[in-house]
Amino acid sequence: MKKKLLAMLLATAMVCSVTACGGDSAGTADNSADAGETTETTDDAATTDDAAAADDGAADDAAADATGSGSLTGTLKLGVIGPLTGAAALYGNAVDSGSAIAVEEINAISSDFQIELNAQDDEHDAEKSVNAYNNLKDWGAQAIIGCVTTTPCVAVASEANADRMFMLTPSASATDVTKGKDNVYQLCFSDPNQGSASAQYISDNGLAEKVAVIYNNSDAYSTGIYQTFQTAAESLGMDVVSVTTFTDDTANDFSVQLTEAQNAGADLIFLPIYYTPASLIMQQAASMSYDVKFFGVDGMDGILSLEGFDTSLAEGVMLLTPFSADATDDKTVSFVGKYQAANGEIPSQFAADGYDCAYAMYAALTYYADKNGGFNVDGVSYQDLCEILISVFSDPSFSVDGITGEGMTWTAAGEVNKAPKAVVIKDGAYAGL
Amino acid sequence: MRKLSKSARNSFINYGIVLVFFLVFQIMLSMGKLSSSFSGQLIPICTYVIMAVSLNLVVGISGELSLGHAGFMSVGAFSGVVMASCIQNVVGPSWLRLALSILVGALCAAVAGTIIGIPVLRLRGDYLAIVTLAFGEIIKNVLNCLYVGVDSHGLHISMKDAVSLGMEADGITIINGPMGALGIRKISTFISAVVLVLIVLFIIQNLVNSRSGRAIKAIRDNRIAAESCGINVMKYKMMAFVVSAAAAGAAGALYALNYSTVVPKKFDFNTSILILVFVVLGGIGNLRGSMIAAAVLTVLPEMLRQFQDYRMLIYAVVLILVMILTNNRRAKDALGRIKDTVFRRNRLQEADK
Repeated sequence: MKKKLLAMLLATAMVCSVTACGGDSAGTADNSADAGETTETTDDAATTDDAAAADDGAADDAAADATGSGSLTGTLKLGVIGPLTGAAALYGNAVDSGSAIAVEEINAISSDFQIELNAQDDEHDAEKSVNAYNNLKDWGAQAIIGCVTTTPCVAVASEANADRMFMLTPSASATDVTKGKDNVYQLCFSDPNQGSASAQYISDNGLAEKVAVIYNNSDAYSTGIYQTFQTAAESLGMDVVSVTTFTDDTANDFSVQLTEAQNAGADLIFLPIYYTPASLIMQQAASMSYDVKFFGVDGMDGILSLEGFDTSLAEGVMLLTPFSADATDDKTVSFVGKYQAANGEIPSQFAADGYDCAYAMYAALTYYADKNGGFNVDGVSYQDLCEILISVFSDPSFSVDGITGEGMTWTAAGEVNKAPKAVVIKDGAYAGL
Repeated sequence: MRKLSKSARNSFINYGIVLVFFLVFQIMLSMGKLSSSFSGQLIPICTYVIMAVSLNLVVGISGELSLGHAGFMSVGAFSGVVMASCIQNVVGPSWLRLALSILVGALCAAVAGTIIGIPVLRLRGDYLAIVTLAFGEIIKNVLNCLYVGVDSHGLHISMKDAVSLGMEADGITIINGPMGALGIRKISTFISAVVLVLIVLFIIQNLVNSRSGRAIKAIRDNRIAAESCGINVMKYKMMAFVVSAAAAGAAGALYALNYSTVVPKKFDFNTSILILVFVVLGGIGNLRGSMIAAAVLTVLPEMLRQFQDYRMLIYAVVLILVMILTNNRRAKDALGRIKDTVFRRNRLQEADK
């Protein structure tokens, strides 16, 4: 009997400690914030339909807010989800630093409107990403920049769709991210866009007679682009002579794939992959003295800043990318300068995407404030803000000029419209085609 | 209660822990007291508890080091997802769809376990660990090349690419190679997860405490002695291995149907090791310990989010500390003293009565 009692006691103690931990995980401050959030939600629920009207009323009541018509006030709580640790940490950290620079600039514009940024790690894993999202929800996030990578983004997007939280992803490019979700928008090109645009470009410019493809079949990004490239190539009547694959575990020797392409007589190799394996492919092709053109996509961006890579090997490589750090316009120069000062490296396309995401959010809120004679984001529930942002982003007259594209507009399906830039590497630098 | 054997009492305490866990969180959920961060982790916790308990059957009870447990989980996950997609419009209630999917996931994993078990269980020690490790990687790579779609003609399967599935225009791609299964409809619920934990616990505990369970333990303790007593070594080893695989498959299906996407990459070597860590920290052969370890270690990284960059570092330190403390004689003595005091007090109370 005693033993049983003890066991029961221990069991309940264990359960209690787990529960106590559960409370702790949110933290006391978070809990109170949470409570505040819920009361706000119920308040707002009463006036959900005319949230804007209520806000106007609030602006009238508060003399401070009525300073100028169309002004944006309050503090926006913005969450960022991306891999800050693990194999894909490079991308998550780039987006995080890029958006942090944008937020710093926006906060310096006026003390009336501030953005509070909170970046959470998802380790490039769907489960961890949903955890990160829930954590941001507890923190009181009103909108999300993320996720950085595709697979986690699909998982979080469906959660966010059920919760009505607005998401703007800087770099998750698969169509499944936005498919059937009206609250998720992309700032990057979608995979089909890239695959078919590449096929179109190669065929229009008569770059090659015979094309070979080497792609990573353990990676969603790479496979996604390959599939749409293949479909587009077939309809364009392009001669794809060799398709070979590799996985993350075998990304250190490409002699088999290159030999097959060479034997098939390919004069252009399409590489819908990231720059690290691409650099190896170029090195090995050079050592095989196989003279072939390479064509890449935005994942190739960064190859020139790769340590220990002989940039002369990349001479003549063509790639589609929305951003190049060598551009000479004021915005890019200032961004690259700030990024280098803060992080000591040249920003990649991901950093630029993160920067543009924060600005797109700011632009959308300003646009809304202008139209409605002022807007205070304080205490607006994420559900209400989601409807507001959807209405702005799906508005065809709303456009954003960023460093990854001028005049970006969005379709109601959530895909971005901007011109893909094809660049060629000449003398170790990007040059327009 | 007094008449129950010690093992039966242990079993009932385990069911009790699960039920108390369920009741506490269900009440907190319905009262809205649970943070979204925690409520989002309830189903993963249940999944990892099942994984830990089932791996403990192989590692602790049967005494074989298996490093490919995540492979069975992924077999269950993907077959469960295919099943759920196929019967989406046929079977009405979502709980029934979930139950059928979990059943199919468990069956597929059991088949995989049988196929792997026959050659693998003839090996011993390190060799067995290496082969199970390889198995997990093979499953991952096969699933990376697997394309499955469904249209009005039924299932289409290809190992080449999505285009070669040759589906009609209205067909849906369920598994898309390395992109994994996309657009899964979420049908896992906390209640169903707890029910599955109880079922798995029931099966494994009864197996362990049965005649077969004693045979399995006898083989673990001394294979030659067991063989000389006429125990069929292969049969009992297979029994433990296949039951464990089936439970992992069920957990995989439950896990996959809780998210809108799963990828083969998720079920790699790291996940196998993670589950092994649950088992080792909870105590090899100790089902209750592995249950608690799985729950605590799943929640821990989320609780450490406030430490940001140092999160995983602290996680590792906590793991090491737990390892040291549970194996420390002084710590054990201290725990024993607490036990003694409590017992003495109880005895005194009873004497008073």
